[in-house]
Amino acid sequence: MSHMPRAIDTTLSHAQKLLMLRRRLETGLPLCPRPYQALAEECGLTEEQVLDATSEWQADGLIKRMGLVVRHRTLGYRANAMVVWNLPDEEVATIGNAFAEEPFVTLCYQRPRQLPDWPYNLFCMIHGTDREQVLEQLRQLRERHGLEETEHAVLFSRKAYRQCGGRYVGDGNT
Amino acid sequence: MQLDATDRRLIDLYQRRMPVTSRPFLRMGEELGLSEQEVINRLEALQAHQIISRVGPVFEHSRAGASLLAAVAAPQHEIDQVADRINHFPGINHNYAREHTFNLWFVMTAPDERTLATRLDELEETLALPVLRLPMIEAYHIDLAFNIDWEAVS
Repeated sequence: MSHMPRAIDTTLSHAQKLLMLRRRLETGLPLCPRPYQALAEECGLTEEQVLDATSEWQADGLIKRMGLVVRHRTLGYRANAMVVWNLPDEEVATIGNAFAEEPFVTLCYQRPRQLPDWPYNLFCMIHGTDREQVLEQLRQLRERHGLEETEHAVLFSRKAYRQCGGRYVGDGNT
Repeated sequence: MQLDATDRRLIDLYQRRMPVTSRPFLRMGEELGLSEQEVINRLEALQAHQIISRVGPVFEHSRAGASLLAAVAAPQHEIDQVADRINHFPGINHNYAREHTFNLWFVMTAPDERTLATRLDELEETLALPVLRLPMIEAYHIDLAFNIDWEAVS
């Protein structure tokens, strides 16, 4: 299959074409038999260059996953809570790694306290079909990891004002 | 939209590791026992019904430039207006209302740390509210798309 490249600004450098490719990739692959060829034509690159760049970004972790980006709310996951914990600093890594093994914990990060307003140093995200399921999972989490007495807060989400996960070339597209 | 067993397998198998190759949908079809066109048709249907938002890479934006989780305590009756003002700032990626005194949570991104700090200062001034800044220190588990519990959602 040979395609004539569309009118591309021929003065674009290779780096600029790659940046264009990143921007384009963020909006998803075109659903056609040769999506990388289609992207190549848009960005003035060859299919091989596009595949190589994508694989490279994947290998060095800039692309953290590749595939179907699911809208959990449509599927029935209607509740999510950010649960924040005030742990002794020396226990954060142990608990954080243990949380990461729980199937319903979807994110887990250490962040700094901002005293006096914010005493919490470990964050995790729990997704569930409804509030009750999330709270039940939280109960299990506290029991399994001996956190019954640990100060924590449960921040259920109420409303999404903006949700555009994984936008990389964030600047200028808002 | 009723998802059949094949749709579910398509989602289960390819949330993370879709092949990066010239004809990815052909390769996926080989694993699923579908033709390339059938895979494309199913993906189009999933997208049309908003089961998936797109098919492709998810970038780790903390690896390129700077990003920060931040929160403000907006007066409850002004929360929509404050959220709107935040969304008008450049580089806002997520913006959620949550149940807490700090009731608006957002992620701000910028090309570098200095720009990020400047923008947060500007945001603080515009909103006339202190912005809680919570940079990541360590990630124990990053967002890698969790496995769907089909029993729970059906």
